Amino acid sequence: MDYTLSVLVQNRPGVLSRVTGLIARRGFNIASLSVGPTEDPTISRITVVVDSDPDSIEKITKQLHKLIDVYKITDLTDEEVIERELVLYKVNANSERRHEVIEAAGVFRAKIVDMGKNTMTIEATGTMDKLKALEDLLRGYGIKEIVRTGKVSLGRGSRD
Amino acid sequence: MFTEDINNAPALCEHAVIPPSPKEGQTLTGAQVIIASLEAEGVTTLFGYPGGTVIAIYDALYDSEQLHHVLARHEQGAAFEAGGYARATGKPGVCLVTSGPGATNTVTGIADAYMDSVPMIIITGQVVSGSIGSDAFQESDITGITMPIIKHSYLLTDINDIPTAIHKAFHIATTGRPGPVLIDIPSDLASATMTFHYPTEVDIPSYKPNYKGHARQIKQAAKLIADSKRPVLYVGGGTIISQATGELRELAERGQIPVTTTLMAKGAFPYAHPLALGMPGMHGTRYANMAMSGSDLIIAVGARFSDRVTGKKGTFAKGAKVIHIDIDPAEIGKNREVDVPIVGDAKGVLAGIVDELRKLDSMPLTQGWLAQIDDWRGQHPLRHPESDTVILPEVAIEQVDALSHDRDAIFVTEVGQHQMWAAQFLQTRRPRAFITSGGLGAMGFGLPAAIGAQIAVPDALVVCIAGDGSLQMNSQEMATARVNDLPIKVLLLNNSCLGMVRQWQQLFYHDRFSQTLLEDVPDFVKLGEAYGWHAARVSDPARLAAAIADMLAADGPAILDVRVARGELVLPMVAPGSSIEESVAARNVAPAIRPTSEEE
Repeated sequence: MDYTLSVLVQNRPGVLSRVTGLIARRGFNIASLSVGPTEDPTISRITVVVDSDPDSIEKITKQLHKLIDVYKITDLTDEEVIERELVLYKVNANSERRHEVIEAAGVFRAKIVDMGKNTMTIEATGTMDKLKALEDLLRGYGIKEIVRTGKVSLGRGSRD
Repeated sequence: MFTEDINNAPALCEHAVIPPSPKEGQTLTGAQVIIASLEAEGVTTLFGYPGGTVIAIYDALYDSEQLHHVLARHEQGAAFEAGGYARATGKPGVCLVTSGPGATNTVTGIADAYMDSVPMIIITGQVVSGSIGSDAFQESDITGITMPIIKHSYLLTDINDIPTAIHKAFHIATTGRPGPVLIDIPSDLASATMTFHYPTEVDIPSYKPNYKGHARQIKQAAKLIADSKRPVLYVGGGTIISQATGELRELAERGQIPVTTTLMAKGAFPYAHPLALGMPGMHGTRYANMAMSGSDLIIAVGARFSDRVTGKKGTFAKGAKVIHIDIDPAEIGKNREVDVPIVGDAKGVLAGIVDELRKLDSMPLTQGWLAQIDDWRGQHPLRHPESDTVILPEVAIEQVDALSHDRDAIFVTEVGQHQMWAAQFLQTRRPRAFITSGGLGAMGFGLPAAIGAQIAVPDALVVCIAGDGSLQMNSQEMATARVNDLPIKVLLLNNSCLGMVRQWQQLFYHDRFSQTLLEDVPDFVKLGEAYGWHAARVSDPARLAAAIADMLAADGPAILDVRVARGELVLPMVAPGSSIEESVAARNVAPAIRPTSEEE
């Protein structure tokens, strides 16, 4: 299953490659990855989704902890979290189908951000479930390209 | 008499306090900053090899009175020498090499240090900052290459970062679970200038090793021990690093708990102690393996349940609960599920357990268990065949051990059959007196590691037990020993073949000896003489003791080419992937001993 780890690291060159390299060396595929500085510019947060099992994810977490540049790892998999991903979909939509696509996007509170002769580009933000539902729907029109930011997650309320 | 507690190394939990550098406040070049920083860390010996990107550093080294540089003949030799130095003392070994091939040649030495938790600092030159990434001459991405085999690394981009990086590197290499740290320094930084300031403190918020074991876990461990009937102390190299051998002995003796010491822990517990079971695992004693298998409680101390110890994991010590003490949380539960995990420094944790046992006023009742183990010991003793026609390697090892008993001897091994025989038969009496490449099993380790050990402990008798395959992997370092007047002794157990691989071919590949015959090349006596060593050969068992005594008495480096029986097996042996309860074969009382000169 997919595990979401939130990894706080020192914001310096090479740290991302240490983290991802370690996960790859253990034979696990990274399903999603997003990186950026936190409220403290010397610290970055890596949100990484790994397809693994409970035993292995514990071992990966311990190994990641050994990296000198890693401050803290939180397993957000089963936690109360807010999770979001931003996705851009370029779908086939000629003039006849435009209205349908706009309507569908509207239901998902997605935005139309570009339009060509035969395509439309939709920007959607949300949870994995919602994006999956939108993607399934858009497949019906023919998706030409997808680009996604990778999931970001944050614990709710008072928890870290 | 040397007790097992001789150990002058600083405790690894603390990074030594740095006195202010006399060069504080001076304007120095980057190269001078590197040298001044190493001096501030108290470094006295550097192992290295110059090259294009470190010429400026070598130029600054020229003025240093504190730093003694040992010029290796190959960068792999330099890295192993630094490793041998560190293993003999517990102090970090320091290695300086150039970029590109200089750096890549150290990789095996770094991997070796990483696997065996050896503190080491590797300083590599790098091409000038502006050329990084351009496939410049002698450029290699050494921080990238070493990423999976290193505790930490720095690629510096600013001269002002040099002192802090070096200070942090020493801190990281020597604290927690020790390991190698690499600092890659572009050559333009060495010629820039700065006002020298060396930090006296180090603060790495993301690196805080935990030394103190959890009190509740320690209590729980003591309770498990008190209630156990068939406990075994399974002791690894961490016990030596932590200087916990006194505490180990106290726990073992108070609780009457038998002790099995891994390859890396040889010397952590006296060889001849009645509670000593010797080494566990693939070439361990039968009684150590049977004790582990039959145990109801394994107390693992600074050991990692390596595959060479456990054999088939699924059947390993199925009835045993496990207390696992380790400074590295990632080791706990990695290879074996644990009932009581204790993250901390073995010394303090073991002392805590002894205290708790005292409070409980209860000890395990192990008389029956020890009697059972003695039975096993009687049925399956560690022994070897005898011969008066050919020299058996085990006999040579016993003789060199006996003949060096009145001296503070440090035995260093290469890798292969001879290494396992040395582990089985040397009566090592103290920690750090047996130095070997355990985790990586790197052939070519022994000779340079012996050089490093001799430099670290000048008064010790340093004996390298070697095989003819391994010795050839770094034989160029014989020059390093000669030039530096290091009186190391090489006991070469020469069977003209790759004995360990040959053993596997014999046992598991139907005697198909593919590419394991090395022939009688080179003539090791001539090779020794070419390097200015004392060199002799012996093939007559009756002359062996005298020849070894001559070698040990030689003034300066000496090699004895001992022509030993080919086809001798390291036994007992647990076949790879088998349960440690099963041994390949009981020792054949009359093995197929053949002199090496005989045709295959």
